[in-house]
Amino acid sequence: MLKGLQVLDCTGQLGWLAGRLLADLGAEVTKLEAAETDIASSDWRALNINKRLVRADVAGAPGRRTLDPLAAAADILIATPGPEEAGLFDYARLSRISPRLIVVAITPFGLAGPKAAWAASDIEIMAASGAMSLAGDPDGAPMRVSAPQAYAWAGGQAAVGALTALAARWRTGRGQLVDVSAQSAVITALSHAPTFVDISGINPTRAGAYMTGRSVTGAKYRVFWPCRDGFINFILYGGTAGRRTNEQLVAWMRERGIDLGPLASIDWARFDPTRANQAEVDAMEVPIGKFLGSLTKREFLEGAHQREMLGYPVSNMADIATDPQLEARRFWQDLAQPDGRTERHCGAFVVVDGERPPLRQLCDPVTKAPKEASKV
Amino acid sequence: MSAGIQALDGVKIVEFGSYAAGPHVGKMLANFGATVVHVESMARPDGFRMQYPPYKDGKPGMNSGGCFTYFNDSKYGVTIDLKSAEGQKLAKRLSEWADIVIENMRPGVIDRLGLGFKELSKTNPGLIMLSTCNMGQTGPRADTPGFGSQLSALAGVCGLTGEKDGPPMLLYGPYIDYIASTLGAAAVLAGLERKQRTGKGAYLDVSQYECGLMFLAGPLLEHHRSGKLTERSGNDDPHAAPHGAFACRGEGWIALSCWSNEEFARLCAAIGRPDLAKDPKLSTLEGRKAAASPIQDALCAWARERDAHEAAQLLQSHRVHAHAVNTIADLFADPQLIFRRQWRRRRHPVLGDQAYCYPAFELSETPGDVTAAGPMLGADNERVFRDFLGLGKDEFDALHAKGAMA
Repeated sequence: MLKGLQVLDCTGQLGWLAGRLLADLGAEVTKLEAAETDIASSDWRALNINKRLVRADVAGAPGRRTLDPLAAAADILIATPGPEEAGLFDYARLSRISPRLIVVAITPFGLAGPKAAWAASDIEIMAASGAMSLAGDPDGAPMRVSAPQAYAWAGGQAAVGALTALAARWRTGRGQLVDVSAQSAVITALSHAPTFVDISGINPTRAGAYMTGRSVTGAKYRVFWPCRDGFINFILYGGTAGRRTNEQLVAWMRERGIDLGPLASIDWARFDPTRANQAEVDAMEVPIGKFLGSLTKREFLEGAHQREMLGYPVSNMADIATDPQLEARRFWQDLAQPDGRTERHCGAFVVVDGERPPLRQLCDPVTKAPKEASKV
Repeated sequence: MSAGIQALDGVKIVEFGSYAAGPHVGKMLANFGATVVHVESMARPDGFRMQYPPYKDGKPGMNSGGCFTYFNDSKYGVTIDLKSAEGQKLAKRLSEWADIVIENMRPGVIDRLGLGFKELSKTNPGLIMLSTCNMGQTGPRADTPGFGSQLSALAGVCGLTGEKDGPPMLLYGPYIDYIASTLGAAAVLAGLERKQRTGKGAYLDVSQYECGLMFLAGPLLEHHRSGKLTERSGNDDPHAAPHGAFACRGEGWIALSCWSNEEFARLCAAIGRPDLAKDPKLSTLEGRKAAASPIQDALCAWARERDAHEAAQLLQSHRVHAHAVNTIADLFADPQLIFRRQWRRRRHPVLGDQAYCYPAFELSETPGDVTAAGPMLGADNERVFRDFLGLGKDEFDALHAKGAMA
């Protein structure tokens, strides 16, 4: 869809996903990477595939001679400027080179403001955005996701910002600066948690592995259940969807000859999770725990799907890699490497007009820099 | 709805969507000037209206829910009975007016309503349509119902949250829905670019599951390459030490990390423990990971005497990565977010002033805005159907009488 769009990607990890998303949508993305940068890591390769690699160091004054011609030919330049690169990626400077250029600057806190110069990696951005306050055990430390997420949130918002500016360019004929804050980007992940503070004066907190706040008695409901090969995410919901799920669960348990205990006498049409007290919840959870403990993750996934139940296994990377749903949708893309091996990547994130846009070969690490770049 | 030039002025969007995954796409685009019409019906209003608190004064009501409004600011709200023939005709007419249609029903439902892409593009050939759902439109589990809060488990994120030896942890709300809405917005805008260039529309099939996997693309590739399983590891990071969260005075916590030996030395100086920096065992990343206890003990002792925000300020002045773990309430007082005007208060007839969340980017020449509070149910029927679609008063009244807007 973005055929012919030229993107110059000068990002560090904070911005890698932005260029990958634009490449997946059809843009020609050139990734500028200093000669000494390690490009062998899976994190680098996963998010820089589908781009053309140019090895060039743009730090320092000579770097401008490399950067500027590339910027002049680009529609969009994406950067993650640190304090020492502020001049290099200064929008006023770049717009003099090309008034049509859209410059996307991704930083932890935005280009201006009291924390603009603060240093932050994933954990500090997750902390600053409030996300850590909502994850982890209530009696333990606030928690981040063990694989960085803040960079991806920033990259996603940067892609939206870049394309919003591109839409504006059709009208104005001019580029502009897109100033992306990673802290703000992660606030997107908080769902409507801020509304509780704003409207009710309630400060949401982390609930760990349990669902809280659903019962007027204060009862907490188990969310993660040990199973034969890991954990299952299952919640006793109310409402229409909950009713079907609970009825199907009990039917499934009957088929397996599990002692239903207190579940046998519950009328699920009338079951209201907001009314149950902790003792009742605990009693219900005993047979459910026994049943789910007897299943594998894949058995639960397939059985719950057949029965139109809510709930999913807690996948690890191997479970995801072998999921038939992804196979059927041709999500994975195998790309041959120079050494004869293939690398299996996440494919383009969207299916367009019935087809998933193919990934182009991962840029060849020995790609030679263009003439201008080779002068450095 | 706004003064000044905006990036998406003149772009017309109709949403047959509810909850988060569809409406959040339209909200972001509305903030940059798109005209967005959110379609509900009196019989089946958006589930966020009645099923999700908080409510004004704690009283659930069709127009008193802050969750619904939070994801639907800057939009027009209409009601159409999509189950009636007259309603379907009206919906089709509205879709012909639109450049973009967004829907997040279960696969097949929009087709059965006569509002699928094939049908709509017959009379609106340049239409861009985004269908977003749990699993995507195809595949053996395409029809799976589900909530994003549980899908986050299937997509690997919950399994990567928590202590190494403990259970997986929940993330707040339907985490993965917002990944899909962000990426979905990018896809819609790419479709718009192609339409500008070629006049051609697009049908965009977004699987929320697949979008979520893009946020774990590195660990997934690592597994494919080496068989390695990335696992939850509390707040540890393989490339930094120390790296974690430490309890501060009162209820606060501070997150901090050191990414080089030099940064570790600056941290030691900042907390008054230069002796640690001089310990040869701690002078490398591997050494600090192997002998973490003295560093942990020193940081715990230092942090618990201090306010989290002041401690972060001090560490930043020593060029150490640090930030207080903001609570959700803290987000409204954070000076950086205030500077960026993250929260924009708009008045709603029932809720009164509510803080709406601005997207994470700002445009220098065509800035966006939150132009209005989320709409009351069916509040803009007359405006949209008469002014936008051009229905005459008699026609509007007749459709209304026939229940098309029920």
